[in-house]
Amino acid sequence: MYTQAMDTMGKEMAEAPKALRSAEELALQERFDARIDAGDFIEAKDWMPENYRKTLLRQISQHAHSEIVGMLPEGNWISRAPTLKRKAILLAKVQDEGGHGLYLYAAAETLGQSRDEMLAALHSGKAKYSSIFNYPTLNWADIGTIGWLVDGAAIMNQVPICRCSYAPYARAMVRICREESFHQRQGYDALLVMMREGTAAQKAMVQDAVNRWWWPCLMMFGPPDDQSPNSAQGMRWGIKRVSNDTLRQKFVDATVQQAQVLGVTLPDPDLKWNEERQHWDFGAIDWPEFYRVVAGDGPCNKERLAMRVKAWDDGAWVRDAALAHARKQATKQQAA
Amino acid sequence: MTETQTQNEWPLWEVFVRSRAGLDHKHCGSLHAADAQMAIQMARDVYTRRQEGASVWVVPSSQITASDPADKGMYFDPAEDKVYRHPTFYKLPKEVDHM
Repeated sequence: MYTQAMDTMGKEMAEAPKALRSAEELALQERFDARIDAGDFIEAKDWMPENYRKTLLRQISQHAHSEIVGMLPEGNWISRAPTLKRKAILLAKVQDEGGHGLYLYAAAETLGQSRDEMLAALHSGKAKYSSIFNYPTLNWADIGTIGWLVDGAAIMNQVPICRCSYAPYARAMVRICREESFHQRQGYDALLVMMREGTAAQKAMVQDAVNRWWWPCLMMFGPPDDQSPNSAQGMRWGIKRVSNDTLRQKFVDATVQQAQVLGVTLPDPDLKWNEERQHWDFGAIDWPEFYRVVAGDGPCNKERLAMRVKAWDDGAWVRDAALAHARKQATKQQAA
Repeated sequence: MTETQTQNEWPLWEVFVRSRAGLDHKHCGSLHAADAQMAIQMARDVYTRRQEGASVWVVPSSQITASDPADKGMYFDPAEDKVYRHPTFYKLPKEVDHM
């Protein structure tokens, strides 16, 4: 989902490495390339090119930030879930997102940046997170739609990363993907209840939510391949395995039938089956909107960040107290 | 990052989970916690939400000594040509080959 980093970091990633390098460094680079070509995994303590490290650090930390910020639009509905069952499910899902953030921060830390540094970058606005979380959750159907479409897109995006060349990231993704399927299914299930047993007003809520989330979900896969300058390098390094457009098409193809079964329309007049391509054709995506939201001007950017910063600041005394307690206990134990 | 900020970060712990009785503990990830007790509680919350565990160990990451990746060849390659350490190396008559 949450892997727009490569597409939002400009062209610095592909910058040519410094011309002058020692023979030893060149040999290391050659060995690294050969390992990537052979499909080997790279571990934290192995030698890696500086740009590979930087790109991964950026992508994994953004991915982690997205999981954590992604808790906010849903957390907003925990106290207002329509039944105890839905509340328990939503709590479990939001707790999972927190866990996913943690797996990913831990993977990013292996590349040499501290957790606090990463959080500071998020809180100052320097680090980005997925554009999707800057859209509001206006009614209960939004929660079901996030599960079905947002998590559905996330799964499409994340499964190939389980084969990422950087092993700590790949391992975190395996764990995340195993847990993510429940997220999508519970969302679809919640919408299905509204569509099959709901009133006309409740059905209209579902359609309204789908109308608002559909296009932002297609944007989650990032810009079209011909406008994604860092994709080639990402593929070369085995960080990116499948192109933006391929994943987007796969998502559309998988979702059309799910929408039919659910009984909602996807808000795209150009959506139609292409017999020759054996894929669904779909309409033009509003890329200026995507770049606007990424740059900070989405409907909820300010609110999301402000909530994150408040949670961090409000929790400062807890973190300090826990550490002070631990130090006191350690001193006592030493004295005894 | 100033020194105080780094000093105020909770230390890192490695988490090992025994998935069920009779199996060994397996490394499954890491987390930050102020002390061992908190690390155990958080490991339960983070790594065993779906009955993945029957027992949890936590170890301060700073206490782990690892082999140097640069020594990988020197350390592990010598085992490559010692096929006689494996039972399949020994061809026995068919009648007794299930030994």
